Amino acid sequence: MIRAGHAARVSGESRRAFLRASVAVGGGLLLDFSLPGVLGARENSAEAGSTLNAFVQISNDGTVTITSKNPEIGQGIKTMLPMLIAEELDVDWAGVRIEQALSDPARYGVQFAGGSRATPLNWEPLRRVGAAARQMLISAAAQVWSVPVSECDTESGKVVHTPTKRRLSYGRLASKAAMLAAPDLTQVTLKDPKNFKIIGKSCAGTDSPLVVTGKPLFGIDVTVPGMLYAVFVKSPVFGGTVISANLDTVKAQAGVRDAFIVSGGAVFNGLGNGVAIVGANWWLVDQARESLQVAWDEGATAAQSSTGFARQAVEFSTQAPGVKLAADGDVARALGASAKKLEAAYSYPFLSHATLEPQNCTAHFHDGKVEIWAPTQNPDAGRKIVAKTLGLTDADITIHMIRCGGGFGRRLMNDYMVEAAWISKQAGAPIKLLWNRQDDVQHDFYRPAGFHFFKAGLDSAGKLQAFSDHFVSFGENGKAAPSADMSANEFPAKFVANLELGISFMPLGVPTGPLRAPGSNGLAFVFQSFIDEIAHAADQDPLQYRIDLLGERRQVGAFDTGRMIDVLALVRDKSGWTRRKPPKGSGMGVAFYYSHLGYFAEVVHATVAAGGKITVDKVWVASDVGSQIINPTGAENQVQGAALDGIGEALGQAITLENGRVAQSNFNDFLLLRMNQAPPVEVHFLKTEHPPTGLGEPALPPVLPALCNALFAATGVRIRSLPIDPQLFV
Amino acid sequence: MHFTIRINGKAHEVEADPQMPLLWVLRDLLDLKGTKFGCGKSFCGACTVHSNGVPIRSCVTPVSSVGSAAITTIEGVGATPLGKAVQNAWLAVDVVQCGYCQAGQIMSASALLAKTPKPSDMDIDKAMSGNICRCATYTRIRAAIKQAAGMSTADSRDTFT
Repeated sequence: MIRAGHAARVSGESRRAFLRASVAVGGGLLLDFSLPGVLGARENSAEAGSTLNAFVQISNDGTVTITSKNPEIGQGIKTMLPMLIAEELDVDWAGVRIEQALSDPARYGVQFAGGSRATPLNWEPLRRVGAAARQMLISAAAQVWSVPVSECDTESGKVVHTPTKRRLSYGRLASKAAMLAAPDLTQVTLKDPKNFKIIGKSCAGTDSPLVVTGKPLFGIDVTVPGMLYAVFVKSPVFGGTVISANLDTVKAQAGVRDAFIVSGGAVFNGLGNGVAIVGANWWLVDQARESLQVAWDEGATAAQSSTGFARQAVEFSTQAPGVKLAADGDVARALGASAKKLEAAYSYPFLSHATLEPQNCTAHFHDGKVEIWAPTQNPDAGRKIVAKTLGLTDADITIHMIRCGGGFGRRLMNDYMVEAAWISKQAGAPIKLLWNRQDDVQHDFYRPAGFHFFKAGLDSAGKLQAFSDHFVSFGENGKAAPSADMSANEFPAKFVANLELGISFMPLGVPTGPLRAPGSNGLAFVFQSFIDEIAHAADQDPLQYRIDLLGERRQVGAFDTGRMIDVLALVRDKSGWTRRKPPKGSGMGVAFYYSHLGYFAEVVHATVAAGGKITVDKVWVASDVGSQIINPTGAENQVQGAALDGIGEALGQAITLENGRVAQSNFNDFLLLRMNQAPPVEVHFLKTEHPPTGLGEPALPPVLPALCNALFAATGVRIRSLPIDPQLFV
Repeated sequence: MHFTIRINGKAHEVEADPQMPLLWVLRDLLDLKGTKFGCGKSFCGACTVHSNGVPIRSCVTPVSSVGSAAITTIEGVGATPLGKAVQNAWLAVDVVQCGYCQAGQIMSASALLAKTPKPSDMDIDKAMSGNICRCATYTRIRAAIKQAAGMSTADSRDTFT
């Protein structure tokens, strides 16, 4: 059982050590270290051990406990972040205990899981935290021995006085070290990477022994004393509100204790409108929905549909874009002068996140405070919503970050958290809110659909001279809906003399949000597919054409062409691109994409059978995420999973809107990749002299176009719309 | 209604609606939280348990249909050498990402190996395609099954050398 009252292990303000790492505007990393380490009364109890800073605690028997500050959603962060600290602390990894932090940004700095940011944001700061604790232990030993600090070193959990070979274990030194002033984090010495003992070695998932034996770990497993269960029934049409409901009938159903109308607001990432049903047994409460009848005011969104959007997009495409993103050279003139012209319309659908653990949250409102157990990627943002909605202050809200059964961006939103808090307050009891699968599929923050209308012109040598995209997306008042935007730097912008990128917005009324590699997961498909069309029109090798398009090795904004050229060359080599001759019905496709600071080039080998059945035979991934793969086993797992996730999206996934509601409801109509569809994925990391960057997302985008380009190579059929329709091959 | 059901070798007494799925009896009446809810309609396999050694989807199994069958869950599967070997292989291969589906995967995998001690890649596809892994750890699930079977973890489908 995951129990209530997982109190912060550190009680005294005087023992607090602060570290902040914040993201500067523009994406740069701003390190703001302050570790006041106030001298004086540090009460270190025998059972709790001695606290050296917010992240490191050492008990008298030498047990080292490292706090992991970020939410675990399956990206392996609860293993990887503590590795950084343990490396510089110089302890044996096998003996390290890892604890999940509470949500407490004042203590731990920013705590979230998103944007593949954990590696770039923590790579240096958390190593400094470990090094600072080590330095305190060395200082304590030097005091005990009355020797200069410079004569001391460490070795796996011990301080060594080098001249005399005397040793003192960290456990013996911890309480003394905890009394010392914490060093200035900017001044501590970090290891030479060649001396790393933990970083760069595969460390298996820290919670995995509990996973494989079925121990309660996830949000859905939380139990608190006196807890009731709740479901929350929302309007099938987004933004719909309750006019009336037969609450008395519902309250009379077996197992139901209470049922009430919730009148929330119009903000999707907040308290919604609907009917809450509360009882002692979740299954009975969920069954009671069958007796519920609600008169909904469905609102304006009831008029929206996916087919309507597709029709509108075509109409928009005949007009000039609403917003010009990039306008270089003279596209019209260059097109007119082109030896070869191409035109193509591409589209991709809405997608649901479909975390396998449905959205859920446990909340206990009492005495003007609320304690929350949430599987969330973004706890502090949830705290703000709960505070605002329930009229509380941030300090009234305790949030336990519980392991998430998948995130993929869905749990950056905290709608389910505020629902749970509100229902607990209304019900006067701790409650566990659990959505069923239909709730989850039909009340997501969807990856927005998108429609792209491309033109390109080539000269007689096949060189790309003109390029334009009119992206018809969603938004209002000239502003894109969440995750529905495009950058002015979208490749090949800055690589073609005459280029226009424009965007038009259709009003939507449906919640959208980041899905793993947001933006990129759709844009990579359309741009890297159309570039493939261009390469074929030029009658050139599609991989070499891309290298030629990247041109000289140079920096273009944040993008380093040399790094991308190198991963393209690597994937060409590893996949046997040049030498392999796929049999009839099979083909190889390539694509590259830069996102989340990572450089990825991928090749797919795919086969189409006579009836149109697609087999993805193999994926090769070449990547450059900098100088160091921190945890190789976790890194490979993320890359393989991301590539397969993209294959799943391409092969089967679409959310469609009909009359303002989602047509799909479960895994029989929203199709996730399965074992028999999952090809082998070969992963290569090119190590370069750049700071390490994240891996949760950037392997995903290029695999979709690489697959579609492989299908073109296999059949001559160009896939311009996702998911792939096998009928096209028949 | 009153039911006596046998779970992991032990008899449990429960009061439940006869239609209540075994999944929810396990999770919320008996506090065995290892078996997971994913879809409620047998599409995803997260709720897989064994009934007399056969993998079933507990989310669509009414408690009244269980009778005297011996139910094994993720909490009990490690009691046999085979179940333990599967769990150990999962750790050695470091399969887990989010971990939510893995109880169901391990239950399906251990049922496969009990029937087919040396499964081919096709056998694995057949036995495991009812279990969704949203993180798509399929490459490692496949390898872990083979490792538990004492086989080479190479993927026979990968003919690209």
